[in-house]
Amino acid sequence: MLGFLKHPVVVTADINLNVVALTALGLLSRLWQLSYPRAVVFDEVYYGQYISFYMKRIFFLDGSGPPFGHMLLALGGYLGGFDGNFLWNRIGAEYSSNVPVWSLRLLPALTGALSVPMAYQILSELGFSHCAAMGAALLMLIENALITQSRLMLLESVLIFFNLLAVLSYLKFSNSQKQRPFSPSWWFWLTLTGVACSCAVGVKYVGVFTYLLVLAVAGVHAWHLIGDRSLSNVSVLCHLLARAAALLVVPAAMYLLFFYVHLSLVYRSGPHDQIMSSAFQASLEGGLARITQGQPLEVAYGSQVTLKNVFGKPVPCWLHSHQSTYPMIYENGRGSSHQQQVTCYPFKDVNNWWIVKDPGRHQLVVSNPPRPVRHGDVVQLVHGMTTRFLNTHDVAAPLSPHSQEVSCYVDYNISMPSQNLWRLDIVNRDSDAGVWKTILSEVRLVHVNTSAVLKLSGAHLPDWGFRQLEVVGEKLSRGYHESTVWNVEEHRYGKSQEQKEREVELHLPTQMDVHRNLSFLARFLELQWRMLTAKSDGSEHKYSSSPLDWVTLDTSIAYWLHPRTSAQIHLLGNVVIWASASLATVVYTLLFFWYLLRRRRKICDLPEDSWLRWVLAGALCAGGWAVNYVPFFLMEKTLFLYHYLPALTFQILLLPVVLQHISDHLCRTQLLRSLFSALLVAWYSCACHVFNTLRPLTYGDKSLSPSELKALRWKDSWDILIRKY
Amino acid sequence: MGSYYINRTFFFDVHPPLGKMLIGLAGYLSGYDGTFLFQKPGDKYEHHNYMGMRGFCAFLGSLLVPFAYLIVLELSNSLPAALLTAALLTFDTGCLTLSQYILLDPILMFFIMAAMLSMVKYNSCANRPFSAPWWFWLSLTGINLAGALGVKFVGLFIILQVGWNTISDLWHLFGDLSLSVVTLGKHLTARILCLIVLPLTLYTATYAVHFMVLNKSGPGDGFFSSAFQARLSGNNLHNASIPEHLAYGSVITVKNLRMAIGYLHSHRHLYPEGIGARQQQVTTYLHKDYNNLWIIKKHNTNADPLDPSLPVEFVRHGDIIRLEHKETSQNLHSHYHEAPLTRKHYQVTGYGINGTGDSNDFWRIEVVNRKFGNRIKVLRSRIRLIHLVTGCVLGSSGKVLPKWGWEQLEVTCTPYLKETLNSIWNVEDHINPKLPNISLDVLQPSFPEVLLESHMVMIRGNNGLKPKDNEFTSKPWHWPVNYQGLRFSGINDTDFRVYLLGNPVIWWLNLLSIALYLLLGSIIAVAVQRGAHLPAEVEGLSQVLLQGGGQLLLGWILHYFPFFLMGRILYFHHYFPAMLFSSMLTGILWDTLLRLWAWSLASSSLARGLYVVGNLSLLLGTAYSFYLFHPLAYGMVGPLAQDPRSPMAGLRWLESWDF
Repeated sequence: MLGFLKHPVVVTADINLNVVALTALGLLSRLWQLSYPRAVVFDEVYYGQYISFYMKRIFFLDGSGPPFGHMLLALGGYLGGFDGNFLWNRIGAEYSSNVPVWSLRLLPALTGALSVPMAYQILSELGFSHCAAMGAALLMLIENALITQSRLMLLESVLIFFNLLAVLSYLKFSNSQKQRPFSPSWWFWLTLTGVACSCAVGVKYVGVFTYLLVLAVAGVHAWHLIGDRSLSNVSVLCHLLARAAALLVVPAAMYLLFFYVHLSLVYRSGPHDQIMSSAFQASLEGGLARITQGQPLEVAYGSQVTLKNVFGKPVPCWLHSHQSTYPMIYENGRGSSHQQQVTCYPFKDVNNWWIVKDPGRHQLVVSNPPRPVRHGDVVQLVHGMTTRFLNTHDVAAPLSPHSQEVSCYVDYNISMPSQNLWRLDIVNRDSDAGVWKTILSEVRLVHVNTSAVLKLSGAHLPDWGFRQLEVVGEKLSRGYHESTVWNVEEHRYGKSQEQKEREVELHLPTQMDVHRNLSFLARFLELQWRMLTAKSDGSEHKYSSSPLDWVTLDTSIAYWLHPRTSAQIHLLGNVVIWASASLATVVYTLLFFWYLLRRRRKICDLPEDSWLRWVLAGALCAGGWAVNYVPFFLMEKTLFLYHYLPALTFQILLLPVVLQHISDHLCRTQLLRSLFSALLVAWYSCACHVFNTLRPLTYGDKSLSPSELKALRWKDSWDILIRKY
Repeated sequence: MGSYYINRTFFFDVHPPLGKMLIGLAGYLSGYDGTFLFQKPGDKYEHHNYMGMRGFCAFLGSLLVPFAYLIVLELSNSLPAALLTAALLTFDTGCLTLSQYILLDPILMFFIMAAMLSMVKYNSCANRPFSAPWWFWLSLTGINLAGALGVKFVGLFIILQVGWNTISDLWHLFGDLSLSVVTLGKHLTARILCLIVLPLTLYTATYAVHFMVLNKSGPGDGFFSSAFQARLSGNNLHNASIPEHLAYGSVITVKNLRMAIGYLHSHRHLYPEGIGARQQQVTTYLHKDYNNLWIIKKHNTNADPLDPSLPVEFVRHGDIIRLEHKETSQNLHSHYHEAPLTRKHYQVTGYGINGTGDSNDFWRIEVVNRKFGNRIKVLRSRIRLIHLVTGCVLGSSGKVLPKWGWEQLEVTCTPYLKETLNSIWNVEDHINPKLPNISLDVLQPSFPEVLLESHMVMIRGNNGLKPKDNEFTSKPWHWPVNYQGLRFSGINDTDFRVYLLGNPVIWWLNLLSIALYLLLGSIIAVAVQRGAHLPAEVEGLSQVLLQGGGQLLLGWILHYFPFFLMGRILYFHHYFPAMLFSSMLTGILWDTLLRLWAWSLASSSLARGLYVVGNLSLLLGTAYSFYLFHPLAYGMVGPLAQDPRSPMAGLRWLESWDF
């Protein structure tokens, strides 16, 4: 125990100078002139606004990815003392002096730089030679697209970093599995795998594919472990539990943690509030909370309320009515009831107020003590400004002829009786006698006579309806849908018996004071749900591309153009590397199947251990490429060349694996081997040359003449910007 | 749909033709004359002879039960398991309802099950390769695969299953060192012949028949390209002769090259207030109409080029032209206003009075992949129209305009010069009295082209079936839990009605069985992997469970999970092929479970008793549940089930069922 008394404390440090050198080179290539250009470059315009939201602590919703990546970028802003005051509206806009460009771009650049030595380490952990490992790192170093992407406030390089970290730490873990299971370093690398996976997912959803790959490899290894009969049942169980904890529980917890930090950072209301439910909005500082703060909780007979549709699509809106009536005859010749219109209106308005009335009594005020409305009660809804009753009947709705029209009843003294009784159905009630609560309760209003359900149809009424949204009674209600669910947003107890007084009262802001808060879990679930369902309009973009264009680099993206000269930043890959990486993937696949078939016929070309190494390298690198690439074919969103970069990274790792394999196993004679090495040197210098030629477009530091730019346009599909003088 | 075959008019549907052809054949044989309209559910058949078609579907649907019986018998070698499966399918109200009507699903399920059966049969002949039954079952598998794919594209999933089975089979043979490479080659060739070549041939043959039978112009024409339409008699392009090269003064229609976009169209209605400039609308329209006619004019003169004194002047690639709408004499026009739906594009309007407009009416006409100066050919040239002032390209976004645009498709001018089919057009009709007509028979597309095009149109049609935001839609997770049914007939609540809903007892048993199967399967697999020694009897049972059950589980997975990835609108009846597999799995699982249980008991008489009682109670339970729920399939009248007076009162076990 007290060993250190007997022996001196010795620290031995192994420093692999290769790694140091690679790190230095990586840093040099990524950090050089980092704050140039001092202007918004491409998608910085997009991520920048979220950084500003973080700085101002304003809530936002971004459907493109979980918040961890945005938070990392914002951390750079925080460290650089950014106050968030910059209008991110135009690519190419000059940054004002308060924007700490260097520190904002530092984090992606650092992660990009560190990916270089990590490529080295991954290949050495996979059991390949030092030469192959150096090769992988040097290829990463001179890949123009990776450099461009790391030098800006973008998330791809961060994602790639965590992807590689997950793979690296899993390899370290599985290598220490052979020697010392359950040692501290075993635990460390296992946990780091889980953490890195969750970070990758936290930066962008596509990180989930690498996570699944690591899980699959871990699963196969665990299956072998179960088959290992030298281990006792208990130790197998311990192994499995440790893996489950580190690879399933830790990532889930980390993911929740990201959201927890996110929600505690952005606590002020902002422009994205509208998408969220009333309850969520009320939990933010300012905005709706300022209005709803202090509203009475329980809706009682005589309450004045606004009713918001829960579904909120196409736009969030409130149940509304106004003096105008439905036109007698619609454009297509159908008739209407000619009663007062009921619509859904996306803006706050005094006409959104409704009074909950007990059908048995005449008062429109809240009695003392208030009598709360419960689930299953029959109520009438009275429009505050016009004192007409919410009504529906067997008349076809204006735009959805299969549903019933909803109106505010006007007594024309014809044989059309008023049908204004509605049964309250609280969807998320605790018990069958649950009370209707402001904001929290989600209710359906079921018409008593026809059992139609009040529903937002989502259609815009024509001019006679002021382009507000149509509200209908859905007769054959087929199950639960959010468009039939409403919740009370603003609420006050009505006090004035007289109509005139009441109108004044309706115009007043609500007061009184009760505080409510949503639990973190409820907020997380809602936010996550809205993020996943947020629709990105699949608008096309000048530089959007299809996955098929990526492998052959048939597309490019202009990131930035100097306002006066031809200096520009352009996302372009190193053609030599892309082509040879794709070629390597093909060669790997062919060789793999060739060996596999021959092994099946009991012809073993490779020794067992080098076959296993070959398979593992392929599973991680070729597999990593496939899982990060193929899913894009199924995605419907707008795709860009930079989506391919994570896949490309794995492909680059595969390249030296294949090359070393060819040199070790397929070049039979020494002469062939030397020839192959010579070829490799020539090929690498070729890649360096391409890197050097494209460098002005990568860093954007040198203005090229139009003829030079034209000469760089190696493919017709590259849209290099050429100024016309 | 069968009517179309009998009347031989061309139509368009998102599914491949075989199923409808078979229905049409059944109708034809039973004397149906193809005059009923099939407009909406609930219409009365009256005097039309529809029983033949229904009988045909019902016959195929009832064959599912013996097929399932044979499959399970083959996989498990256990009569009780096979009987239980057969009972599950017989007593399932959902399968029953679905096979009673003229639908594609019973035909699809028939082919899926037949393919599965022949595959299983063929597997059991594996010890006698190249014998007559081996060949028979192998080629029958191929034929049924073609049938399944020919009815609906969902047939692809059973092809995947058979493919997987074949690959693992070949892998197994390949590892057998006693077989020579030549034998292996024979095996491989036999499978390629029977499972790839044969189905493909048959599948193509169904299309050949489809196109041969449907040789008259019908409602589906507009969905297809000009060349395609030339095949159909009655279509104005059939055997038509029109001038070959475009000249100034020609009256033309311009069709978008993308499938199902239609003709460039304009009409006397303005864009509404607030949407770009208040000028005449320009849209695309799928149907043929006088408003699709445009006149090509020179950009700089307004002289009538048809004046006989002037020489004919052909339009050439790169010319600057003006397109005048024939009916309204307005010019095709574009300007820097945003388009109504695609905000990043420019608006396209009709502008000017009697053909006099401004420089925003000038378009450069270009033929894709041609040199300058070439003439432009009718139908065959793929042209782009580039707006001279803004440099944008005329295209259609494919989005449907709201009511004010008569739900026609939006036309925009896109500033992104990407080459997509949306911005490429061809000239279809061409009238110019000064030019000689040539016959267009050369245009007839070859069969592979026709095949390819109809597939493109079907895929686009399938992708176009998107649910709207505020509509109730069926979600894949609803299906196995039998969350919600589908109303088959009866408009009003209390009419005579048939409701498509699985027998809940059977469906929930299936669901439970899948969970139990996964549990039991993984326990056995882990035990084997840990090297535990199983008694011989258990060993045999677990073989059946892992291999036979594994195939069925794979079938269920393949026929169910892909729906989660589909963007198109989904219906409850999409689950039924998966349900067949899950019922067969249930049969095998419960038989194995009962046998295992009986084996674990010491006394043999008790074990036998338990086994028999277990099987009997499962059989009787499903039969009784069928007795309870049979009105769903055979029809019920009276008030809805939430009403205590309804005959179905008390059977509404889930709130979401609305029968």
